[in-house]
Amino acid sequence: MAIYLDHAATTPMVDAAIAAMTAQMAQLGNPSSLHAPGRASRKAIEQARESLALHIGCVPSEIIFTASGTEANNTALKGLYWKGKSVGRNVIVISAIEHHAILDPAQWLAEHEGAEIVSIGVTSNGVLDFSQLEQLLKDRADEIAVISVMHSNNETGALQPITEIVALASAHSIPVHSDAVQSFKKVPLSFSTLGLTALSLSAHKIGGPLGIGILVLKRGLEIPALLHGGGQEREIRSGTLNAPAIVGCAAAADGDYPGEHVREMRNLLAQGIVHVIPDAYINGASETLPGIVNATFPGTESDTLLLLLDAQGIAASTGSACSAGVQRPSHVLLAMGHSDKSARSSLRFSLGSTTSTSDVTSVLNALPGVIERARAANLR
Amino acid sequence: MRLIAAMSGGVDSAVAAARAVEAGHEVIGVHLALSSNPQKYRSGARGCCTVEDSHDARRAADVVGIPFYIWDMAEEFHEGVVENFLSEYAAGRTPNPCLRCNEKIKFAAVLDRARAMGFDGVVTGHYATTKDGPMGKTLHRAIDNSKDQSYVLSVLTVEQIQGAIFPLGDTEKVDIRKEAAARGLSVANKPDSHDICFVPSGDNAGWLHDRLGSEVGPIVDQEGTIIGKHKGAYTYTIGQRKGLGLTVPTPDGSPRFVLKTQPKTNTVVVGAREDLAITKMYGENPVWCGPAVTSTPTQGFVQIRAHGQPLPCTYFYDGEKLIAHLESELLGLATGQAMVIYDDDRVVGSATVCETQA
Repeated sequence: MAIYLDHAATTPMVDAAIAAMTAQMAQLGNPSSLHAPGRASRKAIEQARESLALHIGCVPSEIIFTASGTEANNTALKGLYWKGKSVGRNVIVISAIEHHAILDPAQWLAEHEGAEIVSIGVTSNGVLDFSQLEQLLKDRADEIAVISVMHSNNETGALQPITEIVALASAHSIPVHSDAVQSFKKVPLSFSTLGLTALSLSAHKIGGPLGIGILVLKRGLEIPALLHGGGQEREIRSGTLNAPAIVGCAAAADGDYPGEHVREMRNLLAQGIVHVIPDAYINGASETLPGIVNATFPGTESDTLLLLLDAQGIAASTGSACSAGVQRPSHVLLAMGHSDKSARSSLRFSLGSTTSTSDVTSVLNALPGVIERARAANLR
Repeated sequence: MRLIAAMSGGVDSAVAAARAVEAGHEVIGVHLALSSNPQKYRSGARGCCTVEDSHDARRAADVVGIPFYIWDMAEEFHEGVVENFLSEYAAGRTPNPCLRCNEKIKFAAVLDRARAMGFDGVVTGHYATTKDGPMGKTLHRAIDNSKDQSYVLSVLTVEQIQGAIFPLGDTEKVDIRKEAAARGLSVANKPDSHDICFVPSGDNAGWLHDRLGSEVGPIVDQEGTIIGKHKGAYTYTIGQRKGLGLTVPTPDGSPRFVLKTQPKTNTVVVGAREDLAITKMYGENPVWCGPAVTSTPTQGFVQIRAHGQPLPCTYFYDGEKLIAHLESELLGLATGQAMVIYDDDRVVGSATVCETQA
C-alpha cells in the first residue's frame, strides 16, 4: 500500500469536488453567453464564487479565477508592479523563501521591466526577518511598488507575519500581496482581516481539481492584465471561465480540513524522526502549517532518499528540480542558513487528511534502513 | 537481481533496460545529468546530456514500465572526464573521454552508489558481452563488429565487470532499432550520438582553444628548422596531416605529418610519413579485465582506437608498463590513447600509451 506524504505538492480530490465537477461537465453553456444554457453555467460559477468568498473572507467580486496559483501570482505581482511603476515606484520587495512562482516573475520584471528586487532574509526558523523590512521601509518606502510575502512556506510550513507586514506597509500606502496557496483551509485565513491588497490560492492543494487558481484582488483596484480577450474577470483575466473546475474548487473549499488530526500525525512523525535517526533534525518555526515536516538527515543526499523511499512505496519530496530534472539544494533552506550540503540532505514530508497513524509508523520503520543505505551511497 | 539501468535517452540503453526487465530482473532507470547547465552542452539529436535526452530517457522508462530518476553526476563528470580531457591535451596527449566516463562515472560512481543502495549491478546499452568461464566473468567483444564498444570498456576491473550487465552484445544494431520500434519505444529512430558529448559545436580544436588559450608556437622539422606557426600545440595529434598550413614544401614534394608535440615549448614537430612508423608501444596505469598480464610474452592483439583494427602483437607486463611489440609497423600513434589487449575476442586489459618506439 502506497504511503503518500506529498500533500503539499497535491492532495487527493475530495468526493464532493469530483461529484460537483462531473455534474458541471455535463452542463452545456459558455458562462459568458446570454441565453439559457449560458446563464445556467454562469449561475453555477457565481454560486461558487459567493461560497468561496465566505471561506476566503472577501467579497465575491474580489475573486478572479485563473488557471493556477502560478498565474494568480504572476497576475498580482506584474500587475501591481506595473501600477506602481506608472507612478515612479520600481522596487519589488519579496522574501528570500518565496515559491518560484513569485521569484521567477520578479526576476523577469527585473530583467525586462526595470524592476529592482529587494529580497528580505529569514531567520534560522524560516520566518521573515521583520527588522530588515522595517529598516527598508524607513529608507525607501516611496520607491516600493509592491511587497509580496507568502502566507506560509511550502517547504517548511513556517507561517509568516503577514498582519505585521500589512500594518507596516499600509502606513506608506504600499500594496501587499501574499501567496497563500499552502495556507488556505489549513490555518485561519481572511483576506479582509489581514487587510491585504491581493492573495493567491489554488484548488488542488485543498482537494479540488488541478487547473484552477484564484487571485483575490481588492475591490475597485484595477491592474494591467496579462491575458487580454473577452474581458472576463474584471478585464484582468480574459478567457472562458472553467465552470467545472470552479464548482469543484468551491465544493472542496466547503469541506472541513481535519487540522487537529493532521497536526497530531505531523507531531508523531517529527518526534519519531529524531527518535529513530538521532542526528536528524527538523527545520522550521514553531508556528507552522499542520501538515509539513522538513527534516535534515546528515550524510545523505535527498535524491537517494527519494529513490529508496519510493521503492518502499513512500512518496516524499525535496526542494525543486531544474529543467533537466536534477535536484537542486532548496533556496528556502539556504536562506535559513543551511550549507549546500545540509540543504541537499533534507526531505519534506507533507501530510494530509488521509494520513493515518499506520502511515507514520511505516515511515518510521522504514527510515533507519533507508538512511543507512543512503549514507553508504553518499560517496562525495 | 536488482539493477540500475543507465538510460541516456538513446535507443540502445532503452532496449537494454527493456531486455533486463524481460530477463526477470528488478530494474530502476537512472538518467545521468552530466552537465550542471544542460543548455551549455550539445543540443539537438546528437548529444547525450541535454534536457531533451532526459525527457527521452523518462519516456523510455515509462514504456518499459520501470521507475525513473535523474542522478546528478555533473560534478563527478567535470572532475573525472572534462578536466582530465583538458589536462591530457595540455600535456600533449590525446585522451579518450568515453573511456574515462566508463571508468570514473558509469562503472565507478554509478555502480558504487548502486551497490551501496542495495543493487547488484548496472545495465547499460554498450555493445559488448560478458562470459562466465574458468577465469570468472570476463569481458568480450559484441557480435556486431562495427558497433563493438569493448574498447571503451577495457578500463573496467574484474570487480566492476562483475556488476556490469550488457544485454545488447549478442545483437546487431539494426535489429536493436527494429526491436525498439516493436517495443513501442519512441527513440527507435533517434540518431546515434557521435563525437564528444560535452563539446557543443563538435569543434574540438575551437573548444580547446577557448580553454587552453591560443599561444602561437613554431612548427619545426626533425632538424629543428622552423617551417611554420601554429596556435597551440595541443590541438595537433600525432599522424595528423591536414591543417598544418605549411608553405615550405619538402624537397621531394611529399606531405608532412605531425610526429610529436612538445607542450613545454609549445612546439609541433613534423616529418615524413615513414618517420611515424612504430613497432613498440608502452602503456602506463594498466587495468586487467581478467587475470593479470605477466612478464611472459604472450601472443594476442592490440587495438589503439575505439573502432580500429586489432593488430597482431606480443604483449607482456614488466611490472611497471604494459608493452606490446607489433608484428607489422604502425603509422602514427598518439600518447594518451588507450592500448587495449585482446585474446581472440576477450578483453585482457588496457593501459594508456605513454611511449612509442620504431
